[in-house]
Amino acid sequence: MNTTTFRTDQEFFFDPQRCIGCHACEMACAECETNGQTAMIHVDYVDRFLSTQTSVQVCMHCEDPVCAKVCPADAITKDEFGIVHSANTARCIACSNCVQACPFGVPKKVEPLDLMMKCNMCYDRTSAGKKPMCATVCPSGALFYGTREQIGRNRPNSSPVNTFRFGQQLVKTKVNIMMPKGATELVVDSE
Amino acid sequence: MATLPVSAENLITQFGPSLNFPPMQGYPGRDEPDDVVKTHCCFCGMQCGIKLLVKDNRIVGFEPWEEFPFNEGRLCPKGVQRYLQNNHPDRLLDPIERVEGKGFRPIAWEAAFERVVSEIQRIQGKYGKDAFAMLSGVSLTNEKSYLVGKFARVALKTRNLDYNGRLCMVSAGAGNKKAFGLDRGSNNYSDLAHAEVVMICGTNVSETFPTLTHWIWQARDNGAKLIVVDPRLTPIARTADLHLPIRPGRDSALYGAILHQLIKHDWLDHDFIANHTTDFEKAKEAVKDYDLEWAERTTGIAKEKIMQAAQWWGAAKTSFLLHARGIEHQSKGVENVVACINLVLATGRIGKPYCGYATITGQGNGQGGREHGHKCDQLPGNRDIENPEHRKYISGVWGIDEKELPGKGLTAYEIMEAIHRGEIKGLLSICFNPLVSLPNNNMIREALEKLEFYACIDFFLNETARHANIILPGSLHEEEEGTVTTAEGRVVRIRKAVNPPGNARTDTSILLELAKRLGAEKHFGFNSSEEIFNELRVASKGGTADYFGITYKKIEDNMGVFWPCPSEDHPGTPRLWEDRKFKTPDGRAHFNGVAYREPAELTDAEYPMILTTGRVVSQYLSGTQTRRIGKLVEQYPEPLLEIHPKTAARFGIKDRELVKVVTRRGAAEFPAQLVETIREDTVFIPYHWPGKKSANQLTSGHLDPVSKIPEFKVCACRLEPQGRPAPSPAETKAYASA
Repeated sequence: MNTTTFRTDQEFFFDPQRCIGCHACEMACAECETNGQTAMIHVDYVDRFLSTQTSVQVCMHCEDPVCAKVCPADAITKDEFGIVHSANTARCIACSNCVQACPFGVPKKVEPLDLMMKCNMCYDRTSAGKKPMCATVCPSGALFYGTREQIGRNRPNSSPVNTFRFGQQLVKTKVNIMMPKGATELVVDSE
Repeated sequence: MATLPVSAENLITQFGPSLNFPPMQGYPGRDEPDDVVKTHCCFCGMQCGIKLLVKDNRIVGFEPWEEFPFNEGRLCPKGVQRYLQNNHPDRLLDPIERVEGKGFRPIAWEAAFERVVSEIQRIQGKYGKDAFAMLSGVSLTNEKSYLVGKFARVALKTRNLDYNGRLCMVSAGAGNKKAFGLDRGSNNYSDLAHAEVVMICGTNVSETFPTLTHWIWQARDNGAKLIVVDPRLTPIARTADLHLPIRPGRDSALYGAILHQLIKHDWLDHDFIANHTTDFEKAKEAVKDYDLEWAERTTGIAKEKIMQAAQWWGAAKTSFLLHARGIEHQSKGVENVVACINLVLATGRIGKPYCGYATITGQGNGQGGREHGHKCDQLPGNRDIENPEHRKYISGVWGIDEKELPGKGLTAYEIMEAIHRGEIKGLLSICFNPLVSLPNNNMIREALEKLEFYACIDFFLNETARHANIILPGSLHEEEEGTVTTAEGRVVRIRKAVNPPGNARTDTSILLELAKRLGAEKHFGFNSSEEIFNELRVASKGGTADYFGITYKKIEDNMGVFWPCPSEDHPGTPRLWEDRKFKTPDGRAHFNGVAYREPAELTDAEYPMILTTGRVVSQYLSGTQTRRIGKLVEQYPEPLLEIHPKTAARFGIKDRELVKVVTRRGAAEFPAQLVETIREDTVFIPYHWPGKKSANQLTSGHLDPVSKIPEFKVCACRLEPQGRPAPSPAETKAYASA
């Protein structure tokens, strides 16, 4: 595989506050032929009764991916660029360990295929120097793919954060979430 | 003509809407396309750049076009899925004719043309030229819009030509002409970037113009305060610094009250008012009593919020005001628009960097389509059909005697009323689905049933076309060369990617053939879209919408050119009014005195709730295209009645229960969606669906007296809970409701 054009200066940033719930990312993601018309990114209302606020969840590409650790078949791998790849179709036994273990609730077992599927950050595009499809089409900038310098310039009131604290568990990720200026970590569940 | 030839259900089985989904692994050939065509989305006025992938005369997918300056690759779900309208199983591949009791059967083009022309001649011979009307649409390119205008006046020789822009933004156009003498957004959207205050009035930007959200957010990232005026907490209103949840139909009261505060606190640009405007005193006089207490009572917005908006607007050094259908779709649409413009003029913030004002034009070619002559009162270049000099100039371009040029005709809704009264007997339509998109559509249906002859040019058998005698299968956006003008006033190139499928033909060739058979061949000797554009350039020359200096090459070289562009060496005009030379007869911008008046239909004991209508992000207008694209339908499968939980409790309505909504014009049932994001006195229904699921069975036919835009945004209704849960969307199949 030719990976020479993967741009290591480009990172994925997402800001759920900016999500307008349009679902363009899901539609664009599903277009990828390897996804078989299934979106690997998910948009949903937080609570439609109360608000039009939606949020988006994409694979965070953890530094130490728990999905890979719990996989009994070694079907999930992290590559040299930090991309956590979807289950190797030949090895995946559809046990759903990864689905249960992911702190962000990302991997989904695709029932008709009896296979786990997750985002591989549009490896076909990013390895060719392009942006992932979802971050290319996102009309509101909730999803952004570019350099740390660009996001700093464009979003002076936010800071990218890639450290998450789930109770005792500390998770570091390749993907950044945009937080209020100066934030350094996101405490998801402080127990 | 009578009712449908067979039941609507029967026609739906045969002609759709049916849902198109891409195959699991995508269309074959997507990885190795024959061609990658840089063009634009076929839907809204943003006209986002997009690349279509073509294999074997079929659109097999898309790629973002990241170099196009407005959207830089960004798209909404409709843009992502737009390619699925191509090679859709519902496409009309042959001309078809109505067969009583059977439906429609294919016929040869020759027979179809013969029938259409003989019926036009019969009806016009018997009842007069104007008894045959034409309705057009602004999903058509500039070339086709121009051609329709010329065709109706020169070949069909009727004065009764109008278009679906009449239900889009004509009130904004009329307001802009009053204030500035020209109808175009004053600025392009890059002027949003450093505006200190962005005020958006009656526009659900994130659902109707999703890609514009980026520009508004960019302003916010740079520190702008965002003010959103909307009866609902829309996705963009959720992010606002200040949301003014206005009672529908009270908009001019709010803008009058803000002007009152600007005057009271002297937040005015006196030099600009003195040197570049007229009639400030009239505007001032009109709002002298509009204090905060009155404004709160009238608009239903807390007076502190109104004051805050006035303060921010008053103190800002730069600002951008945007409005759209929320204030325009009213029986006082023009008054609302000029009341907004008064705020811009009072503070002198126009014609300078980051000082902007614009209506957000809704349809794909809503801007260009309203400039070049398929409006009943207009000639190309945004000329006036009643102005003797304008008539003389265009007659010269067209090579006809000015006396032969018809005068001003009826507007779209009025044409349907005239059909209903029996005054208009024949109709030709293109790209317009009035049975879904016009208000009070029970009347529209009755009118269609009274026509002696109706011919329709369209690519799908839309709901209105089911009433036609002959349907001529036309072309999609990606099947002809041309140009459109975006909401910013940027003229861009539409590219032909594929040929029309089967025996379908281009819209242009159909109109040219009809013109020839109507004996007007010598006026329609066009061999290409570019030749039509070049005549349009001459026809627009010297008009306010001057395209004379725009060529296909110049558009291609620059990824668009902003009109006015009067000569080939002119770079175009991204920002208007830098020279302070307004296009009014006195060269000044005009304030207008706006005395508040109530909407046409008020609530009462019998109809106690306000009904307002609008759109959802996954559907587009009457849904002829988007109700046929599977994933767009699945995203929001049926119209829901948005209602505040307190109001729902008052009427005993539970979430997902069916509620019959009744107005003076009709009744329809919708599942309730209980949300705290709407005013307690208002319910909302999106309007994209047909038949029993059409919100426009309920809306009123009250028109703005100047622009004749219908009042889609306000009417009075009654809610009758049905006490039973709504069937599932899969059972209801609202996209194909009969």
